[in-house]
Amino acid sequence: MEVPDFFLQAVIYLLAAVITVPLAKKLGLGSVLGYLLAGVIIGPYILGWVGSETEKVMHFAEFGIVLMLFLVGLEMQPSLLWKSRHSIFGMGGFQVFLTTLILAGGGLLIGYPLYQSLAAGLILSLSSTAIVLQTLSEKGLLKNSGGRAAFSVLLFQDVAVFPILALLPILALLGGITMESVAMQDQVTGFAALPRLFQLVLILGVGLAVIIDGRFIARHIFRFVASSGMREVFTASALLLVIGSAWFTAKIGLSPALGTFIAGVVLAENEYRHELETNIEPFKGLLLGLFFISIGVSINFELFFSHPLRITFLVALLITLKFIALWATGKLFGLKHGRQVLFALALAQAGEFGFVLVSFSNKLGIFNPEFSSMVIIIIIMSMALTPLLLIINEKLVRPYYIRRTNKKIPDKVTSTGNIILAGFGRFGLVAGRLLMANGFKVTILDSNPANVEILRKYGFKLFYGDVTRPEMLEAAGVKDARLLLLTMAEYDEALKIAAYLKKQYPNLKIAARARDNIHEFEFYKLGVKMVQRETFNSAVELGSRSLHYLGFSRYQAYRAGLIFKHHENEIMHELYEHWLESENRYIEETRRFSEELTEILKTERDFSIHDTDCAWDVTSIRKEAREKPE
Amino acid sequence: MNKILIIFAHPAIQKSRIHRKLCESAREVEGVTFHDLYSQYPDFFIPVKREQTRLREHDIIIFQHPLYWYSCPALLKEWMDLVLEHNFAFGKTGTILKGKKLMSVVSTGGSARVYNDSGNRHHTLPQILAPFHQTAMLCGMDYLPPFVVHGSHLLTKADILGFSNQYREVLKALRDNRFPPEELSSATYINDLI
Repeated sequence: MEVPDFFLQAVIYLLAAVITVPLAKKLGLGSVLGYLLAGVIIGPYILGWVGSETEKVMHFAEFGIVLMLFLVGLEMQPSLLWKSRHSIFGMGGFQVFLTTLILAGGGLLIGYPLYQSLAAGLILSLSSTAIVLQTLSEKGLLKNSGGRAAFSVLLFQDVAVFPILALLPILALLGGITMESVAMQDQVTGFAALPRLFQLVLILGVGLAVIIDGRFIARHIFRFVASSGMREVFTASALLLVIGSAWFTAKIGLSPALGTFIAGVVLAENEYRHELETNIEPFKGLLLGLFFISIGVSINFELFFSHPLRITFLVALLITLKFIALWATGKLFGLKHGRQVLFALALAQAGEFGFVLVSFSNKLGIFNPEFSSMVIIIIIMSMALTPLLLIINEKLVRPYYIRRTNKKIPDKVTSTGNIILAGFGRFGLVAGRLLMANGFKVTILDSNPANVEILRKYGFKLFYGDVTRPEMLEAAGVKDARLLLLTMAEYDEALKIAAYLKKQYPNLKIAARARDNIHEFEFYKLGVKMVQRETFNSAVELGSRSLHYLGFSRYQAYRAGLIFKHHENEIMHELYEHWLESENRYIEETRRFSEELTEILKTERDFSIHDTDCAWDVTSIRKEAREKPE
Repeated sequence: MNKILIIFAHPAIQKSRIHRKLCESAREVEGVTFHDLYSQYPDFFIPVKREQTRLREHDIIIFQHPLYWYSCPALLKEWMDLVLEHNFAFGKTGTILKGKKLMSVVSTGGSARVYNDSGNRHHTLPQILAPFHQTAMLCGMDYLPPFVVHGSHLLTKADILGFSNQYREVLKALRDNRFPPEELSSATYINDLI
């Protein structure tokens, strides 16, 4: 049997991804860089296993971006999208305008003619939706105001591609390029050939149809499909929906990514939203991965090594100029505290739209083939650098801004009471207020300057400073304190302090807030016996209120909670013993909870909670009374 | 027309047949405020001032509960300990409850026979209720004869229905002052007056 080439290629692509992506993630580089590296390695310049089919693969894989935007749309409430219209059009428009201007200026300075500089400026002002969204969502930065702004701008750029496509022929004319080559542009067909008014009516009609469909009809279709009980048919219908809307928007001359994004938004409140997400997600992931790999494959190292300095300089220049334009845009639209830097670093590359636009400009004669391949390699390299730029943001910029906001000189601490409370946030505030309400004098330390400021306004006397430093506690008078409450959220630091203080002042009484069982055990082991897990009591309370809602009388529900609490305390002693025995086992952070849970459930078998509450049960008395009347 | 406050204490109402029915009757009577201590204060935290206001606003106070070890369930005792403060319920200036009436409504597991003088428990129910009677005295209240359900474990459905109708009638008569005072002072159980 003849084995098709396709199998081998698939094996190569998948193998590369399977090896490099987990490695890259382990090294903290993120999946995008992993895929890119995989592409470089299997590409023509290192292993040479793939290469000829890359362009086709990339076109196919670009569909991953369409799927990604659909998923982003599903996450977005229509009202939220409407609210961000100012940042989409204002910020997005301004960004494209300013970036084009600066880049074109740069081009002019280097010596390219105006029309070429402008065309390159327009093309390079667009960023990479795929890389930026994937990297930001992986780092959980899409909810951050900088990330949201970046998303708005990307959305605008999706729309801006079409005016740019229309502008390029005009630039060609400006450059004095002959009409014949431009003329082919006029042979438009389909939607664009229709009269303007009709176009508008059509777009509005389609929009309305999409909304009606998404709101009222889609639900019935999904229900019908889901009722068949065939999972793959549901997947097929989800794909049909996405591909259908992509095809349709492309047909009427708009970006397919935009079309599916809107389809996603319309379906955001649909009851099958979650189902859609889980069905589309794997396709998106694989296709995007493929897209990133194919970018890695298509980096033209031959070209790079023929002009290494020039290309490096141009890539650096592009990123720098884009950074400046974006930073100014972010600043102007009110991004602060390092968010403007995140925004600018995230979008400082050129994007995949560039590939289409460059080849179009090439056809128009604005760029010659040599210049085109130069721009392409600049685009690709700037894209490949993006994950690195975001790592810089994470390792240098963010810590800098955090330090800057925290850069307040620690207060000079003096003792204001012989009870010390370290950490006056969500937890310490409650414990501390309880003590103060009962007339105790408390010396309060907190390491969050904003928190300190607010609390001072409300008349609390507290000291700002790093509560994890022993000097702070010593200045607060820990030596003679009646009690120290470690209520801060820096769990590991709290253990270190407790260990240090127990050694220095063995008689000091410490009360500690614990994150979970294991944290509590670690305190026990240090000899700190007064430990409270931060969520346990609240969870029991809510559970007990639920019991009341479910039909228990209030007192019955209250007692059920109480019994559970005491039962858990018994279990805790057992668990502590287990923990002491197995402490040396290394438990990975992610497995910690399930490990803990297993232990709890195992121990629970030995203590039955179910027949502990026989109070006021008269069944047995009743039985006896019936048997032997008095 | 008297305003009646029923202070009900039962930690496991879901397990009681007689009290569920008695409560139903009581809630039907106009002019009766029904106050379920275990459902209001499951954590035993009793807001004293609010309870005192409630007492001020009523003329007849009723303690309704099962008889547990010849006394009331713990929460009612806690309530008495906290709410009947010095200078509110007793003491030189504690005259708020003076002239009001107190009545016990109790159920017992044992039959009527065992609470006779000659029975094997040696004390009658009125003797057993002495602490409540004495409390009423100290507060300057009249202690009415109790409403009693004996032998609660062996009650039939018809018995329960009978007691709940009786209870409703007692509450209405108390509300409308329909019991002649001399009968009230001579009766052992208020059940006998209906």
